[in-house]
Amino acid sequence: MKRKLQSTISKLALPVSAVIIILVVWQLVCTLGIVPSFLLPSPIDVGRAFVTDFPLLFSHSCVTLFETFLGLVLGIALGFVLALLMDRFNLLYKMLYPLIVLTQTVPTVAIAPLLVLWFGYETAPKVILIIIIVFFPIAVNLLDGYRSADSDTINLLRSMGASKTQILRYVKLPSALGHFFAGLKIAVSYAVVGAVISEWLGGFKGLGVYMTRVKKAYSFDKMFAVIFLISALSLLLMGLVNVLEKKFMPWKYRGRLKSNQ
Amino acid sequence: MTKLEVRHVSFAYEQTNVIEDISLTLNENELVCLLGVSGSGKTTLFNVISGLQKPDSGSVLLNGNDITGKPGNVSYMLQKDLLLPYRTIEDNVALPLMIKGVNKREAREKASKHFADFGLEGTQKRFPSELSGGMRQRAALLRTYMFSGEVALLDEPFSALDALTKHDIHSWYLGVMSRIKLSTLFITHDIDEAILLSDRIYLLNGKPGRITDEIIIERPGNTRDDFDLTGEFLDYKRMILSKL
Repeated sequence: MKRKLQSTISKLALPVSAVIIILVVWQLVCTLGIVPSFLLPSPIDVGRAFVTDFPLLFSHSCVTLFETFLGLVLGIALGFVLALLMDRFNLLYKMLYPLIVLTQTVPTVAIAPLLVLWFGYETAPKVILIIIIVFFPIAVNLLDGYRSADSDTINLLRSMGASKTQILRYVKLPSALGHFFAGLKIAVSYAVVGAVISEWLGGFKGLGVYMTRVKKAYSFDKMFAVIFLISALSLLLMGLVNVLEKKFMPWKYRGRLKSNQ
Repeated sequence: MTKLEVRHVSFAYEQTNVIEDISLTLNENELVCLLGVSGSGKTTLFNVISGLQKPDSGSVLLNGNDITGKPGNVSYMLQKDLLLPYRTIEDNVALPLMIKGVNKREAREKASKHFADFGLEGTQKRFPSELSGGMRQRAALLRTYMFSGEVALLDEPFSALDALTKHDIHSWYLGVMSRIKLSTLFITHDIDEAILLSDRIYLLNGKPGRITDEIIIERPGNTRDDFDLTGEFLDYKRMILSKL
């Protein structure tokens, strides 16, 4: 346990010191007046803005996080069902795969305002945008995962008389879990950004709305504060995915014994 | 009593015959070996017997019932141990029962009864990656046995093990076999293994694979202890080498 703690600390030491160096240089640039403060607030200004605006940031975060979660859950469900159907019916796979890829080439900033026009300024257009963003990495990763399942193992189960559903449950789904979590890590960070963009382009509440307001007021200190907050939220969600992954895939993290093969 | 009968089975893959007119029988409690060079269609024959592939002609009978092209009747252990890395040993072993519709708790219970017999005590909650190669092979054998205690097809079950582990697992396997009464058909390309373990040996030769010889192994004193050090053993070996 102690050794584990030590290795975590030594792993964190380098990136943390890099961040500290950047902050110090940034602070120096500001206090020495190399860049005027209305263009670039110092880290201390940003910290102060974060503290004074915290209640406001908190309430906006709640809205953004709610949209993110709702979009994530629905997007994952959609991706899951799609992958399931496309794996079972090859015809569907051939029909839909190019279409799914196509949806990802449409720029989100272009459809977000359309969604606002169609679905109003409330939660719906945000959630729909997140679903569109999220289902792709989930569906594609799951499909890859299903296809990566070992064909000998599938044959073994077939020889036991397993049905297609049983093969999915006992072989394909567990084989795809790793792929699923890789997709989920991408999906959560995209989802937060998607929510913010969507709020930015039209809404009443949320971090994106807060951003448009502080931008119009030229309060760059608050702008930086909210940028850091969004990054922190994304990181937090990715961390959560890591925790879930460890919980759902215990075999991946158990001590391995050397085989004598 | 005849357990399994293969009648005149032929199978072609993309117009090339892989096996041709193969007939064999497996009696109750018998250990029969298919010995042949690689490419003689041994695995294809097993795929046909297990029902994974339908033969172009011929039939497979289990206890007199036609099971041609119907999977789920005989136990089949493929070349690799194929334990599912994400299931504990206990859940791996219980899997064939769960596929048959037995609920998880009951399947685990039934499986746990055999852990001692197969030398797997204490591994129930482990993952396959935490076990040695020999242990994994035993777990895979137990899983094969859990599927059906009638007829088992083993495709080179011990080929991935090193010589020492192999020797241990041979004597262990014979011990288990005498207790569980399983009729077994197994593939090997190891002549020593074939003579040591089997009651009868079918020799598979050529392309397409055909059965060229059937050899009944008779051991002096009917014991396998140190049989591989006797003159009879070498006679069998010489005979098989001349025919392969």
